[in-house]
Amino acid sequence: MLTAFLVFFPLAAALLLHFAKGAAARALALGAALLEFAVAVFAAITYARSGPASLDFNLNWIPSAGITFHLGIDGLSLCLVLLTTVLVPIILLTAFRHEEYENPGAFYALVLFMQTGLLGVFTALDAFVFYFFWEVALIPIYFLAGAWSRHERRIQITFKFFLYTIIGSLFMLAGFVYLYMQTGPAAGSLAAHSSDLQAFYNLKLGASTQAWLFWLIFAAFAVKMPIFPFHTWQPDTYTESPAPATMLLSGIMLKMGIYGCLRWLLPVVPLGVSQWQQLVEVLAIIGIVYGAIIAIRQDDMKKLIAYSSLSHVGLMIAGVFSLKAIGLQGAVVQMLAHGVNVVGMFLVADAIERRTGTRSLADLGGLTRRTPLLSVCFLVMLLSTVALPLTGGFVGEFLLLEGVYEFNAWAGAVAGLTIIFSAVYLLRMYQRAMLGPESAYSDTITDLSGTELLMFVPLIVLVFWLGLFPGTFLHLSEPVTSQILTVVGRY
Amino acid sequence: MLPLVLLSVFGIVNLFLGFLRSNRALMPFVLVVLALVFGLNLLDWNHAGSISGLFDSPYISQMLTVDNYSVAFSGIVLLTALLLLPFSNSYVAAGEPNLAEYYSLLLFSLVGAIMMVSYNHLIMLFVGIEILSISMYCLAGSDKRNVRSNEAALKYFLQGAFATGILLFGMALLYGATGTFQLSDLATAVAAPANQTLQPMLYVGVLMMVIGIGFKVSAAPFHFWTPDVYEGTPTFFTAFMSTVVKTAGFAAFLKLLVVALPAASTVWLPTIAAMCVLTLLLGNIGAAVQTSAKRMLAYSSVSHAGYLLLGLVAGQGKLSGPAAQGIFFYSLAYSVATVAAFGVLKLVADQRQREDYAGLAGLGRTNPLLAFVLTVAMLSLGGIPLTGGFFGKFFIFMAVAPINIWLVVFAVVMSMVGIYYYLRPVIAMYLRPAEPGVPQTPIVVDGFQSITLVVLAALTLILGILPGFLSGLL
Repeated sequence: MLTAFLVFFPLAAALLLHFAKGAAARALALGAALLEFAVAVFAAITYARSGPASLDFNLNWIPSAGITFHLGIDGLSLCLVLLTTVLVPIILLTAFRHEEYENPGAFYALVLFMQTGLLGVFTALDAFVFYFFWEVALIPIYFLAGAWSRHERRIQITFKFFLYTIIGSLFMLAGFVYLYMQTGPAAGSLAAHSSDLQAFYNLKLGASTQAWLFWLIFAAFAVKMPIFPFHTWQPDTYTESPAPATMLLSGIMLKMGIYGCLRWLLPVVPLGVSQWQQLVEVLAIIGIVYGAIIAIRQDDMKKLIAYSSLSHVGLMIAGVFSLKAIGLQGAVVQMLAHGVNVVGMFLVADAIERRTGTRSLADLGGLTRRTPLLSVCFLVMLLSTVALPLTGGFVGEFLLLEGVYEFNAWAGAVAGLTIIFSAVYLLRMYQRAMLGPESAYSDTITDLSGTELLMFVPLIVLVFWLGLFPGTFLHLSEPVTSQILTVVGRY
Repeated sequence: MLPLVLLSVFGIVNLFLGFLRSNRALMPFVLVVLALVFGLNLLDWNHAGSISGLFDSPYISQMLTVDNYSVAFSGIVLLTALLLLPFSNSYVAAGEPNLAEYYSLLLFSLVGAIMMVSYNHLIMLFVGIEILSISMYCLAGSDKRNVRSNEAALKYFLQGAFATGILLFGMALLYGATGTFQLSDLATAVAAPANQTLQPMLYVGVLMMVIGIGFKVSAAPFHFWTPDVYEGTPTFFTAFMSTVVKTAGFAAFLKLLVVALPAASTVWLPTIAAMCVLTLLLGNIGAAVQTSAKRMLAYSSVSHAGYLLLGLVAGQGKLSGPAAQGIFFYSLAYSVATVAAFGVLKLVADQRQREDYAGLAGLGRTNPLLAFVLTVAMLSLGGIPLTGGFFGKFFIFMAVAPINIWLVVFAVVMSMVGIYYYLRPVIAMYLRPAEPGVPQTPIVVDGFQSITLVVLAALTLILGILPGFLSGLL
């Protein structure tokens, strides 16, 4: 029950927002997001006290087809639920800073609507429920990215994004339908098949079937993450969307793909995974190097962060597909760390853009003198992205690299370049924007306001929490990742 | 049976009400009649075969059957008409002199539609189709001073009459080969033919009937009339045409194929499959290249005929189970979304004098409600989750998947094309700047229409969120 409440509460709040205006709308949206976070913490406490069984929610959804509305929270889900509920209030606060948005109430409502979709994806335990939320998350982000963007090519950009993702997900749906047709009836059900996750885990399909099924399901995840060469929608969409939409896309939505791989791909078609493992590793490593090299040459701050995100995602995929316990654990920590880091980076970029009206590194420079707080926040986020020890990025990337290295030493070596590359392009960005020769804005720029600082505080806390006590989260996800590897290892 | 009688009687009463020259009284009257008939229809649920005592004579009971199947589909048809009615308000406001006739024709056409979903005898099917079609011919031309409306009526009538001829010829051949019009007798006669030499005649008859009904539901390659007729017909009646005619047509089609002709499936199955592929292809590609929203919806209705044809492929010998279920759910979701889409479009077209995508520009700002409802409708027609359209497609695809997976794959690819063109009105409303010449004043929507639009959107979302309560119905 708690899980269902957790998933649908933001949606209810979004509907209520229709009746609120101005400051009331803000208060309602933020209040709902904070309350949602409290509910997530409560769920975490429940989980710690009485285990995942107490958070299971199972309702007959389409009885004639054996489809149940099955939600549940285990350690892995909990990590992502917490990430989502922490980030959404920050994203809303970012949206509040943008006074220029037309019809802001609708914007906040869509953010909350999106939260329902995301939480649904992270808690679904039935294939069709998972697909349902997967698509539900797409609708609000499409409008957030398109309708509030001021870029002249916004229609083409968001259209491309929409088509890419929906075509990917239709492939996944086809894969799920095929799997569903292979299952037997669930216990106590009248229907001939079942689409429960467990029923999928119990299937033992042949290697050749799994080989093509792998691509059907992976298509959706590959586009969402995105992995090279399915990434072409990503840089433009990240760059030209309004800042809160970019944060949703990069901070949380991207994790849908990796989470999907962990829960709905690896254990469902393990033979397919082992067949294509090397190819995916190669693609992931190409993505790492490719994203990094392009990032080095960027002038637009948002675009630079977008390509940097592409590069870091590559490493997460490489870690997941190493099929090593440590790689999977690393992916979980890095999902959290990357979510925090990338939102922090976009927050910085947005803060600078709102003050100066530009994101171009060529126009910026020498901003530190008047903005000590911003500089510090920027630096913390940056160093965590670069994976400096003591920060969350370090733990995640270190574990990931360890996993990739165990898979293949050479792959590990090349993947290790991410850290070096990201140091190069991120420090370059910091130097161009904050240090260096004074620019037109060096004297006029204002420092972070109290509210803005408040937005950075949870991010910075999380960066160090993840860096100093990663055990909190590793401990949560450990049973799940080892269970995944057991299912994979059964063949 | 009572719904049929009441609709006919009140249709005639309504004609006399027209003499009062009071348009304002007409719509509430028709609304009450439809609501009453809708309720009475539901009372027949789970009273399979029983016909209200008064009319329980073999002449009626062996020609029409009231069972859950007919009640379900009559329900869709009546609900559609009920939800569509508020959008005829502009006729009331404009003092349309022939409003009583329009409403009566609508009621009569519903009689035809109900006969089509409850026939047990081919003559009843024919009579039903004709009642429905002739009403629609008249209504297509109801905008008498508009050349396009006249053209639509003439095109529809000429081609429709031709198709009726083919249908009737098919029935005659079927009768010649089997000696019966009764569905159950037909099934036995087709399964165990008394005279082998008559088999070719039977098969030609089946094919001609498939073609005849295919025309009525605008299945390719017999869909050529659709875009022109839909575009020329006044929008209110286009909405009626694309929902009621299609729902009734497919219910009749499924009944014919699975009750009377399961033994002839070697003939109709490949034909339907081929028509399905062609319809999906031509409908979707045709819709993708349109610039007029109304014409896009016309082609889209062709493409939806394709998905419904797909459902027929799964029809396996009974009027229940996945195929009937899929077609039922799909028709319902499609009807609701289409009424919503045409309703919004009619309001925009009436007040902005534009039927193209550009005419929708800025609607997200000026009329958030209209834009929201149209968005929900488009997402539903495109088959995106959270809306009924998704589960419509889902159920049909699930029904067909075990029988022919490649047809499903093709349909999925085509629904990707669908997403492309259903997104265009949404983009026009929310993302595009207004063109010069498109007035940006809010569109006036009366309270009744607003409520109906909200109900339509809510129904679409409920079908998409809680499909369970309707999914085990048939």
